[in-house]
Amino acid sequence: MMTLSPQHTVSPAQVPGLPLRAGLGLKNEHFIEVLETFPDIGFFEVHAENYMVAGGPFHHYLGLIREQYPLSLHGVGLSIGGEGPLNREHLARLAALIERYQPHSFSEHLAWSSHGPVFLNDLLPLAYDAATLQRVCEHIDQVQNTLKRPMLLENPSTYLQFQHSTLDETDFISQIIRRTGCGLLLDVNNVYVSCINHQRDPLAYIDALPLFAVGEIHLAGFAEDTDSLGDRLLIDDHGAPIDNEVWQLYEQVLTRVGPVPTLIERDNQVPAFRVLQAEAQQAEWHLSQVRS
Amino acid sequence: MASVAGALMSLQADFTNALLAPDSACPKGLFSSNGADPASRFAVYRNNVHSSLINALAAAYPVTLQLVGDEFFRATAGVYVQDLPPTSPLISEYGSTFSDFIQGFEPAASVPYLADIARLERLRVRAYHAADVQPLEPHAVLRHLQSPTDLGQLRLQLHPSLATLSSTYAIVAVWAAHQNAANWDPWHPESALVLRHGLAVKVFAIDSGSVAFINSLNQGTGLETAVEHALEASAEFDLNHCLRLLISHDAITHLHTEQKVSPCAHPLRA
Repeated sequence: MMTLSPQHTVSPAQVPGLPLRAGLGLKNEHFIEVLETFPDIGFFEVHAENYMVAGGPFHHYLGLIREQYPLSLHGVGLSIGGEGPLNREHLARLAALIERYQPHSFSEHLAWSSHGPVFLNDLLPLAYDAATLQRVCEHIDQVQNTLKRPMLLENPSTYLQFQHSTLDETDFISQIIRRTGCGLLLDVNNVYVSCINHQRDPLAYIDALPLFAVGEIHLAGFAEDTDSLGDRLLIDDHGAPIDNEVWQLYEQVLTRVGPVPTLIERDNQVPAFRVLQAEAQQAEWHLSQVRS
Repeated sequence: MASVAGALMSLQADFTNALLAPDSACPKGLFSSNGADPASRFAVYRNNVHSSLINALAAAYPVTLQLVGDEFFRATAGVYVQDLPPTSPLISEYGSTFSDFIQGFEPAASVPYLADIARLERLRVRAYHAADVQPLEPHAVLRHLQSPTDLGQLRLQLHPSLATLSSTYAIVAVWAAHQNAANWDPWHPESALVLRHGLAVKVFAIDSGSVAFINSLNQGTGLETAVEHALEASAEFDLNHCLRLLISHDAITHLHTEQKVSPCAHPLRA
């Protein structure tokens, strides 16, 4: 029985962008079903860090799936907003993964997750001031120069704000995009979660973003809690179906930007593949409504 | 750690300390736009950090968890997370010292084989993600082994997923019993061989002679010396049986007769 990772047939030549369709986060629970049924999904997205392993089933299955589908690589551990320098070793691993799988897109988060030697495994919030802006832009320049491709930056979901901040989140993001030329991964669920948590109007927030730069949309579900005042506190947990309010917001975004590759994310309480596929079909329907 | 002279401790250092501290202190300089106590919202980040890491350990150590129950496991993992948070964004590697931590964790002392089960589970995760190296065809191995020239000097390189673990407890029996809800008796010594065969990680009970043999091969020892080590460990060592186990699970990746094999070389496929 030969079970080495497949030889990839993807050429290292210019890989085009993601198709203007709905995609799904690829979960290892679904590897075999995807390969046995080849569902009509626009693309798959994986978390880069899960594939930073030497060999074994993850590479075996991703290699086979990559031969059949466009791929988006989504980083969750680069700590672009970190106070310290970027982890060069991690960046090198990312470059190697991109070389191996030739993804159609690479994205990361406007957040930090490492401090000194400690990795906290969460996407933590930033103070929006001039010094942070400078640092984030330098880090994004470094990523784009190392990977020799533009990246998409995802807007965060947050639960608190910093007294330090001198810029609105939307201004902060606009300036990053203007200064680095990176694209925007517009996570509509994050917009909704943050806006409810910070008493903002989600649509006004979206209209304040540089929508011309949107290269991908994320949709996901949230959990609901309350804070010390008993007010709604939404938690971006990727553990539930997409909320109706988020679908409505997505529709509004599409009328502004037209069809954009749209990912359905589910990382906790992962349901049967067909459940996620139904959400992807719903997103496809919305996309079809704005296709000319 | 000292920061730049005169500067306040950095925002992220403050945040990190508060996230990992056992109490639920909230860093300064945060607010909620509705005026809610920031601590009630900082708790979301704290919970995300702790529960995601505890969940990662629970996924990597399923039998360890079953042996002590969910509540005890999560409490133990929670202390571990606080004491030894990850130092790499590669969460598949997190918890490599968890078994040593369990070994010294007083409340777990009533399950003395717990640390070795955790060690076994770590080897399984390691085997799962180990490098892909093409095995030799079984007939190629047999042809070599049947040619008498320099047989004693022959060096067998084994698959990078492969590892042995010897315990004073019946770790393979305990582990296997938890795969099919059988009964188990932990109170006798046992050694495990862990390897990935194709895409599946497998665990076998092996005798002390086989452990010595395999470990000698992994250190680059020639066949003859490896057999000597095996027979020193156990007069009952059965070379044929052990080789059959390795060959039938595609565990032999190279055969060399020269001296310069490095013990942990993971040759890459061209």
